[in-house]
Amino acid sequence: MTVENLANTLREHPFLQGFDAAHIDKLAAMASEVRFGKGELIFREGDESSFFYLLLSGKVALETNAPGRILRIVTLGPGEELGWSSVTASHSKQFQARALEETQALAFDGVRLQHACEEDCRFGYTLMSAMLRVVAHRLQSTRLQLLDMYSPVSAQVC
Amino acid sequence: MAVAELERERTTGSEMTPAMAQVAQVRKETYDTFTLALEPSDDEPFPGFTPGQFSMLYVFGNGELPISISGDPEDHARLLYTVRSVGKTTQALVSSKPGDAVGIRGPYGSHWPLKVARGKDVLIVAGGIGLAPLRPAIHYILRHRADYNRLVVLYGARSPRDLIFRKQLEDWGRLPDTQVLATVDYGGLNWRGHVGVVTGLFRFVRLQPFHTVAMICGPEIMMRYVIWELEARGLPPGDLYLSLERNMKCGIGFCGHCQYGPNFICKDGPIFPYHEVRSWFGRYEL
Repeated sequence: MTVENLANTLREHPFLQGFDAAHIDKLAAMASEVRFGKGELIFREGDESSFFYLLLSGKVALETNAPGRILRIVTLGPGEELGWSSVTASHSKQFQARALEETQALAFDGVRLQHACEEDCRFGYTLMSAMLRVVAHRLQSTRLQLLDMYSPVSAQVC
Repeated sequence: MAVAELERERTTGSEMTPAMAQVAQVRKETYDTFTLALEPSDDEPFPGFTPGQFSMLYVFGNGELPISISGDPEDHARLLYTVRSVGKTTQALVSSKPGDAVGIRGPYGSHWPLKVARGKDVLIVAGGIGLAPLRPAIHYILRHRADYNRLVVLYGARSPRDLIFRKQLEDWGRLPDTQVLATVDYGGLNWRGHVGVVTGLFRFVRLQPFHTVAMICGPEIMMRYVIWELEARGLPPGDLYLSLERNMKCGIGFCGHCQYGPNFICKDGPIFPYHEVRSWFGRYEL
């Protein structure tokens, strides 16, 4: 994919809504297209991977290992983001990510992203605001899952 | 006739007296959820129902319950009720055997806005057993397919083993202009579908504000988040309909157990347009 094609693809991605053209171009220069096969582990729990991904197609599961079993936390699809922790100080992955089907994504080196944010504060603010939206959304979704709201309550009407 | 006398007549007359029905079939949907098929005990057919309505089912020796009708509104031979076994009376109900007698009153209550939705996209959002009161609406739309545009069904449940009507969901998903997506809060490795909250499925759906009617049924917390997400996507509150539930006793707006602001859920609901109940929706005291 050429840088121009990458920029066009980035413009369509929901994560980058509200980014101006110069910021999109900056990100396009740092992006590389990656593909993962069905069942492939993108990263493992504890990995020092520093990549941040914008998913273009396919489906990815975030999982955690428990003794004797693997728990699936959330599934992510096209238009979503994977690996937001790569732009934080710690790059150690807290979950493992597995492609559930053929998956295409754009990958960004988290360290390069952080440097770009430090060099251009306006770009940094825009990127971190978008990242905060992702984190807030994940937090809200996790809270809802923790509520276990579908569990039977005897007072409920069927 | 004085109002009090009218009320007395209303509540001592046929509306409080159950008709007799018999269990024709009990079908296991999940480990704790069953669908009962009821037939009239005599030659008198059941009155018809409109999708979204409920009946009061009397389990003799146990008690009476409001249960939404979950079958096809054009199947006049039997009425279906999908029940999760969570207490003494529901346990007794789902333990019924073919031929057992059940008392039945109704159908009661308001219905899904199937006329309002004509010519528009229909978005169904269900959580847990909340899919059951929506299934008659889906049946109706599929029987009158030309009257509606796209049909989207988004369904969330606790885990894969809690999904009800799984085979039907798969069948509906293969129909043209119909999109069916299910998600679970907890999924194992064998589950190939989505994991996450039902609002997470909106990213896969194209919604057209002012051309979409949403019908929502599930836990109230879930419905709150669904409504926030839909409003954020530009759907006006008047196009959002939800099914509310409270502790119903009489089913006809007399006893007051299910009062909700100025409404009784049994008589004025259970289906409400969101803009009519938004002042009370989510309030702790109600």
